[in-house]
Amino acid sequence: MKKTHIIMLVGIAALIVGLLSYSTDFSTYDTVVSAKAKQGKFVHLIARLDKSQPVEYDAIKNPNYLSFYAVDSLGSQTKVVFRNSKPADLEKSERIVMKGKMTADYFDCSSILLKCPSKYKDDEKELQKSMQQQTSMN
Amino acid sequence: MIKFEGEHLLPGQTGNFFIILALVAALIATLSFFKASYSKDTIEKNNWLKTARIAFTIQTASVLIVFGFIFYICSHHLYEYMYAYKHTSNELEYKYLLACIWEGQEGSFLLWTIWHSILGIILIKKSKEWEAPVMSVISFAQFFLLLMILGVYIGNIKIGNSPFALTRNEIPAPIFNRLDYLTFIKDGVGLNVLLRNYWMVIHPPILFLGFASTIIPFAYAYAGIQTKRYADWVKPVLPWVLMSACILGVGIMMGGKWAYGSLNFGGYWAWDPVENASLVPWLLLIAGMHTMVIYKATGHSLRASYLFAILTFVFILYSTFLTRTGILGDTSVHAFTETGEDISFSLLGKLFSFKAMNALIFSYFIVFTVPSLFLLFKNYKKIPAIHKEENTNSREFWMFIGSLVFFLTAMFIIAKTSVPVYNKIMGTKIAPPEDVEFSYNKIIVLVAIIIGLLTALTQYLKYKDTSRNYFLKKMVWPTAITIAVMILLSVFYPFTFYKHGLGFLGAIYVAAFAAIYSVIANLMYIWTVQKGKILHAGSPVAHAGFTLMIVGMLISSANKEVISNSGVNGIALPVGKDPMTKQQDDPRENLSLIRQIPTAMANYKVTYIKDSAGNEKGKKFYELYFEKKDSASGKIKEQFTLLPDVYQMKDNSMSSNPSTRSYLTKDIFTYVSYALNKNEEKDTARFKEHVMAHGDTAFYSNGYLVLGDVIKNAKNLKIKLEPKDISLMAELGIVSKDTMHYKATPLIIVDSLGIRQIDDTVYAQNLYVRFMGVNADQKIRIGIKESDKLIDFVTIKAYVFPMINLVWLGLVVMALGILLSMLKRGTFKNWQKAIILIGGTLFIFYMFLIAG
Repeated sequence: MKKTHIIMLVGIAALIVGLLSYSTDFSTYDTVVSAKAKQGKFVHLIARLDKSQPVEYDAIKNPNYLSFYAVDSLGSQTKVVFRNSKPADLEKSERIVMKGKMTADYFDCSSILLKCPSKYKDDEKELQKSMQQQTSMN
Repeated sequence: MIKFEGEHLLPGQTGNFFIILALVAALIATLSFFKASYSKDTIEKNNWLKTARIAFTIQTASVLIVFGFIFYICSHHLYEYMYAYKHTSNELEYKYLLACIWEGQEGSFLLWTIWHSILGIILIKKSKEWEAPVMSVISFAQFFLLLMILGVYIGNIKIGNSPFALTRNEIPAPIFNRLDYLTFIKDGVGLNVLLRNYWMVIHPPILFLGFASTIIPFAYAYAGIQTKRYADWVKPVLPWVLMSACILGVGIMMGGKWAYGSLNFGGYWAWDPVENASLVPWLLLIAGMHTMVIYKATGHSLRASYLFAILTFVFILYSTFLTRTGILGDTSVHAFTETGEDISFSLLGKLFSFKAMNALIFSYFIVFTVPSLFLLFKNYKKIPAIHKEENTNSREFWMFIGSLVFFLTAMFIIAKTSVPVYNKIMGTKIAPPEDVEFSYNKIIVLVAIIIGLLTALTQYLKYKDTSRNYFLKKMVWPTAITIAVMILLSVFYPFTFYKHGLGFLGAIYVAAFAAIYSVIANLMYIWTVQKGKILHAGSPVAHAGFTLMIVGMLISSANKEVISNSGVNGIALPVGKDPMTKQQDDPRENLSLIRQIPTAMANYKVTYIKDSAGNEKGKKFYELYFEKKDSASGKIKEQFTLLPDVYQMKDNSMSSNPSTRSYLTKDIFTYVSYALNKNEEKDTARFKEHVMAHGDTAFYSNGYLVLGDVIKNAKNLKIKLEPKDISLMAELGIVSKDTMHYKATPLIIVDSLGIRQIDDTVYAQNLYVRFMGVNADQKIRIGIKESDKLIDFVTIKAYVFPMINLVWLGLVVMALGILLSMLKRGTFKNWQKAIILIGGTLFIFYMFLIAG
């Protein structure tokens, strides 16, 4: 066997080992219930803002504390604490992808990705809505 | 047929006609080039070639005309067209017109076809005997890209989305029952504010030129197999590969510069799937470029060259599939297209067309991938290979190892990026890890070490065989200098990245050593071996640039410093500090600045002075004044103003753009992370009147005010007065309960218009003070209002990025090095060389080191 072949095999083996070691790194997408089942474990939680509950954020007191309630598609609810600034479009978001860990009282969130309707121009419903708004104003 | 009022249908109908013409011409060109490539008879071959060239030229012209019509409907705001309605608006500045054309999927596919067309025309002129097979591949790709913008129904299936689709056909709304519906649509949706940026005008064309040019090595590899001249294609394609590597590399880093300078990602690279999707083909292209150079010099690595040339384009297509079909979904901040699943609540018909579009993109990927790999493996044995092994003291051996490392790195990155695809196929729900960036960086730092060492050492090896003495003698000085530099660096400017433990910190040090070693070794190589002939030094220049960029990346990310730590103004929660680091392990990086109150931030005192409106409607700048004083003398050492802005869109969503103070050795980077929407508040508090004499006191809820002097016609007022105007200024001292002292100087002015009052505000106390008038007994009436409005403030994040300019400088040097190699290996006339070199240099320098 050639030296290059040996190195190639070693490289490929390293690649596979490298990728496999990440399988432990990866996390999961969870619902509120399943996230509660594995408290303290890092998960992705997909939910939406519960608009019936207050969003607590006072940038003067503490710009790094935001709390609100989120409901998932199955209807379970959890309090969320995000130690960062409030994303501007939180109230307008349709869906929130949150990364973090569930604790006994709340979901301790480390990052928030908002899915806002306005960003997606290809979203039929949204275009329809903006068209209706615009044309009914006249 | 119903006739709607005010519609301009001609540009759309003509545009659609030219799309169809281009599609048919591309198909004819494909078939004719293909026929020509197989015909043995010269006359027959020339006839096919003639037809094919005419067809391709017609195709090119049509594509340009289509672009012209899109530009027309967008620049004239013809909202009867969906594309204009979706992407432009009345207030859109003219300079963003191009940006709004490539915001949409249709426009960016069109951009791609334009670059293919232009490259195709050059290849028809230049590629000589390779023209027929090479152009049959490019014409076929054109056919597919044009399908994406066709927008024609075949049965129930809509093939592609036309940029000339009419709004009334696309959006179901009752308004379209009216013949005069157009009089109601006065404005379009407009360009996403995130994209209103000069980078959005320039980045997509460059990146797409990079994408488009990767088809050339692919097409040449095919041509090598098709003509059975398995080895001859490498020489003519190499300059193209170098051009592609240069442009794609520059295009990718332009995206990084854009993200860094204008978006609030807080960096230039985040291992986002969309970023990875363009990096992976570049890595493969670089791998292929090196194996081709090996082949030309020694005859080794031809088979690998085939594989990498094909894979580069295959992964361009795969990237297109990943980023255009919305399959990345939740994992990418760039994903502007939703997945099929997520739009399932929308209308059935539309849903179908989305899915059809995804199927089309997928088939573009498959149709090019499967046959090309099949051809390669079928002919694998016929591709010449040297069976004698490379020496381990030869340059080609280690160059090949380098290519292999790039290839494996590309596979690693794409495997991780493809997790959403894997989830979809297997029905699993694997989510990204907790710290996405670190999960890449811990591997990439090892790659940086290997590549740094390889590029430092291999440069001094000769092809075939290198004498031990020669090599060791040449390596003495670069090694010694690097060690000296590393010692200086670790003493005077150590890395402080403890977040992931000492092991990772050690890896950063080793990577920095390897990268600096490579920079020094390659620069010295130009003088000691190449005797300073810079025009022949493409390779060492490019390697020095690449590794200099790595040095910049290591320093700017490892020593990036958050200076907007909330701790500084005493309103943060106590958080755990890692005893080993000066960094907090739970960085709470936002800081609220109350208007007019200086706040300490690292060595700076920062004051939010005021906000002001921008040119565009809804844009607001926050003026932040930074000041650094010499601690001994109290003199101001440094002062500057940063103007981060917040853009409020029509739908009230906000977008925030950073502002950066650049120094040679560091950038101070800040953006607004939270701001109040002022329109939503109303101030209902009233002024309460106090009659005061000199020295009198008036109370408010949080302290008291003392009236000092009243000055007639005071000088140095903030407002300008006519000489005959009379002004009175009251000086009030304010003491709050927490014993803070403030001053307020309200004014009353008598001018030709009558009496005016200029109030003063103490933002820190939420206090408005008004000079209401003077009584007959000389007493002063002072109005005090305590606003129930929230305090005016802005919440910001601020970072210091040290040595970020090394990243840009490294990229520029690398790009120039690749250009030099391209000029050396291609056949150019001297004036062409001069234009490419001077033009390219000026352009890249301007882009990365001057603009923005």
